[in-house]
Amino acid sequence: MEKQSIDQLKQICSQVRRDCLRMVHAVQSGHPGAALGLTEFFVALYFNEMTHDNKFKMDGKDEDLFFLSNGHVSALWYSVLARSGYFSTEELGTFRKLNSRLQGHPATHEGLPGIRIASGSLGQGLSVAIGVAQAKKIDKDDKLVYVMMGDGEQQEGQVWEAGMYAAHHKVDNLIAAIDYNGQQIDGPTSKIMDLKNLKAKWEAFGWDVIEIKKGNNVESVVNGLAEAKSLTGKGKPVMILLYTEMGYGVDFMVGTHKWHGVAPSDAELENALGQLEETLGDY
Amino acid sequence: MEKTLDLKYTYTDKKDTRSGFGDGLLEAGRKNPNVVGLCADLIGSLKMGAFQKEFPERFFQVGIAEANMIGLAAGMAIGGKIPFTGTFANFSTGRVYDQIRQSVAYSDKNVKICASHAGLTLGEDGATHQILEDVGMMRMLPHMTVINPCDYNQTKAATLALVDHVGPAYLRFGRPVWPIFTTADQKFEIGKAWKMIEGKDVSIFATGHLVWEAVVAEAMLREEGIYAEVINIHTIKPFDEAAVLESIAKTGCAVSAEEHQINGGLGDSIAQSLARNNPAPLEYIGVLDSFGESGTPTQLLEKYGLNAENIVKAAKKAIARK
Repeated sequence: MEKQSIDQLKQICSQVRRDCLRMVHAVQSGHPGAALGLTEFFVALYFNEMTHDNKFKMDGKDEDLFFLSNGHVSALWYSVLARSGYFSTEELGTFRKLNSRLQGHPATHEGLPGIRIASGSLGQGLSVAIGVAQAKKIDKDDKLVYVMMGDGEQQEGQVWEAGMYAAHHKVDNLIAAIDYNGQQIDGPTSKIMDLKNLKAKWEAFGWDVIEIKKGNNVESVVNGLAEAKSLTGKGKPVMILLYTEMGYGVDFMVGTHKWHGVAPSDAELENALGQLEETLGDY
Repeated sequence: MEKTLDLKYTYTDKKDTRSGFGDGLLEAGRKNPNVVGLCADLIGSLKMGAFQKEFPERFFQVGIAEANMIGLAAGMAIGGKIPFTGTFANFSTGRVYDQIRQSVAYSDKNVKICASHAGLTLGEDGATHQILEDVGMMRMLPHMTVINPCDYNQTKAATLALVDHVGPAYLRFGRPVWPIFTTADQKFEIGKAWKMIEGKDVSIFATGHLVWEAVVAEAMLREEGIYAEVINIHTIKPFDEAAVLESIAKTGCAVSAEEHQINGGLGDSIAQSLARNNPAPLEYIGVLDSFGESGTPTQLLEKYGLNAENIVKAAKKAIARK
């Protein structure tokens, strides 16, 4: 796919946010908070950074691949995949409904293009991404593997098993990212289970760690992804601490865990959509 | 005792089934460049050393981190590899059930979960390591194939058959040296029960190490004029229901024999099939809702009622209930 300019990326972000809110509203279920917070990152990856082909092949040979470990951000991923041409945008209207390929959490069983493994039960995606990255190394495929995790997800032990492994085995064709929004279902991570110094932790595990302080500024994200890419191939896996605000783009949803798994009402949707320009046409 | 019996199958050599896996994996690696091995710090126990030595670039030491190993294997399968993971049966299943469920079974990944030291015959290490629930857990998972071969040769054949099989699979084997009574050139058909001995009075459906005990029991029963049919159910899922029903239609009663809890294993597969199709007496040989303990394999099989003598008793009971 052609790389989109910063201005184009901003326009896509606005449309993707509209998609996410409309999808969650339609079924009155889903997870709008983190979807809005991660929009810039997903859009930058799929429309600017990654070399990928929307004619989906499971093995993804000679393509950059993305994996989503915190699968509850599914609405965002579906919107970005549809807007990238993996499947029609009309299908977004089936999100979370019976007989849909757009399951509440991403799944492969109905063969939705763009999804390579189920996720939702937390802590597993980093391991999977490392396995894919090692398969690429065996095949001398020089493309990269990306994986997104939540910050609350860092409380899962398997994440640290995987972290130790990737450094030991020098999996340096991997860029992992943590959605560092400081929130989880029951409240702020600092109160629920303090992550303390995540940067120091990942560095101690042998990773190169970069920070994208403005995770909701698409230009910063694009620059941060370029920096991360420049660190690959040097014997260490790369971690991005992506500072985001949950609910970004909608004034009454921003910066709180309240919208983690709650759908907007009719009035709230109208208010939210009023803040987001329809740039590419609603589905 | 065995020596004086007129056994339909005999042996000259004994070996552990895990060596059948190790030798099978090495051969699989030579046949198919996509075969990769992963192990969680038990290379010696799983007999994966020869594969590691010959294919270092296709072997991954994971350390003591089984959850990560399952995820890695799923990822490698996405990349077109055929991963064989190795650790004890306990750590291959219960410890990583959710990882298997989401990343392997639900996602339908071509991962071969290879599990040694299953059941009581693990022996002296005791109940913490003697898993007796693994078959139940694995056969509940949609998409999962569950295989429990009976000896060294069958384990090797099963390992090789899994290379050409596409989809998640659980291969269960064990630690003790055990009679090698099947042939090295056997054709292993996944999902196909193997009628080893024809009979008419009772059907003995056995899996894993207990197939040998069933062979011995058949000879003991024959001395008393009872003709048992012995069927080797090496694949517990997909379950060869046709073979089971055909045998029962002839004999009218059955014994199941497995190194597993009576809950959730082979016996329950047979019971379900009989209840739905042709209700007939079924006696279970298995562990009766308890954990194991330390001891030698032979002592444990005797104490928990999993040997030939107990199969004989169960067969007579099943016949009496006809």
